[in-house]
Amino acid sequence: MDGRFRDYAHLLRMAALFGIGILAFLAARAMFVPGDFGVYGFYRAGAIEDNRERTPKFAGREACADCHDDIVAKRAGSAHERVGCEACHGALHAHAEDPAALTPERPEGASICQMCHRASASRPEWFPQVDAEEHSMGQACNACHDPHHPGFE
Amino acid sequence: MAPDRREFLAQSGKLLVLTSLASAAWEYVLAGTPEDAPGYRLDAHWWGMAIDIERCIGCGNCVRACKTENDVPLEAAYFRTWVERYRVPPIDPQHPQVEPNPEVDSPNGGYDGFPDKDPRGEGWKTFFVPKLCNHCAHSPCVQVCPIGATFESPDGVVLVDKKRCLGCRYCVQACPYGCRFIDPRTHTADKCTLCYHRITRGLTTACCEACPTGARLLVDLKNPNDPVHAFLKNNSIQVLKPNMATGAKVYYRGLDGAVR
Repeated sequence: MDGRFRDYAHLLRMAALFGIGILAFLAARAMFVPGDFGVYGFYRAGAIEDNRERTPKFAGREACADCHDDIVAKRAGSAHERVGCEACHGALHAHAEDPAALTPERPEGASICQMCHRASASRPEWFPQVDAEEHSMGQACNACHDPHHPGFE
Repeated sequence: MAPDRREFLAQSGKLLVLTSLASAAWEYVLAGTPEDAPGYRLDAHWWGMAIDIERCIGCGNCVRACKTENDVPLEAAYFRTWVERYRVPPIDPQHPQVEPNPEVDSPNGGYDGFPDKDPRGEGWKTFFVPKLCNHCAHSPCVQVCPIGATFESPDGVVLVDKKRCLGCRYCVQACPYGCRFIDPRTHTADKCTLCYHRITRGLTTACCEACPTGARLLVDLKNPNDPVHAFLKNNSIQVLKPNMATGAKVYYRGLDGAVR
């Protein structure tokens, strides 16, 4: 061989060190990076399933219609037709699953109605809003209005 | 015969290589193939939200529903969604060159509605703006996460991997909409997940369910029958901070220029 390349042993030692370092890195990477990382992108694919693991607390209005179709019929054509049941009655998935397990409370006199219908300059003008004192002398709203069909046509 | 040094090095080299290969293979086996929920295909949806400013009455039902549904800490400053009230004063005809500064408030995020009687006088323009994570298609928060703990799922929802998140807060800083926070109980990043556990089961999000006026609507842009297509076509649509080109997927109808 040419004289210039006669002493190569030191290069082999360096190469061996690099090789060991690279292998150690690959071993560590195999240990620490989860197996399903990178399937869809730079994240652990199992996290998608993790985010689905939560029991809903709201049942949704279709669930209510299964048993309470009389109320649904009463609300049809009223101003509250598109208001969800749970918007006033609270989260009721537990009740939909097992009606005996959770009995919904009837919303109190005016407290729930005024969340939406209390007069405020910030609210759009087309939206029905009243000052409770002027409108009803502080009486409960359901003294006159049926919450499931609030209009008087 | 006792192994000499050369043999020892050869044996440990082999051990190292085989162990790393084996552990990689074992991890892969343990992880399994990610399965879609039966009946739910990740590639069949592209989720977003449509918000109609002119219908929002600032009742705060969405804020309360979200906190209930997603077990969000009840203290102020932890919101996955919140409602802001903008009050823009009229231009003063005596000093028309003075630009009116909008007043913005969000008392407890709108959780209790907006209880004050709103003392602003005639001529003020007031409206409510519900805000949430925009599930950006080119999300800055996804881009900056150093370990891939936040990501956009194949169906367009930006989610957090709670098992991987370190709580470094880089994503909280990066989000231009301020919709991320650190959950004080787990010390990991948290944010609106578009009620992923609901929408993948055919329900709508808690905020859309609770909204009494239909101001908020979950939309699926991949569904040709979804009302979002008519909504986008027939109305003036804006996203928040369009200059940042985040690919935000929350579409506002009637969003005023005063909104930041």
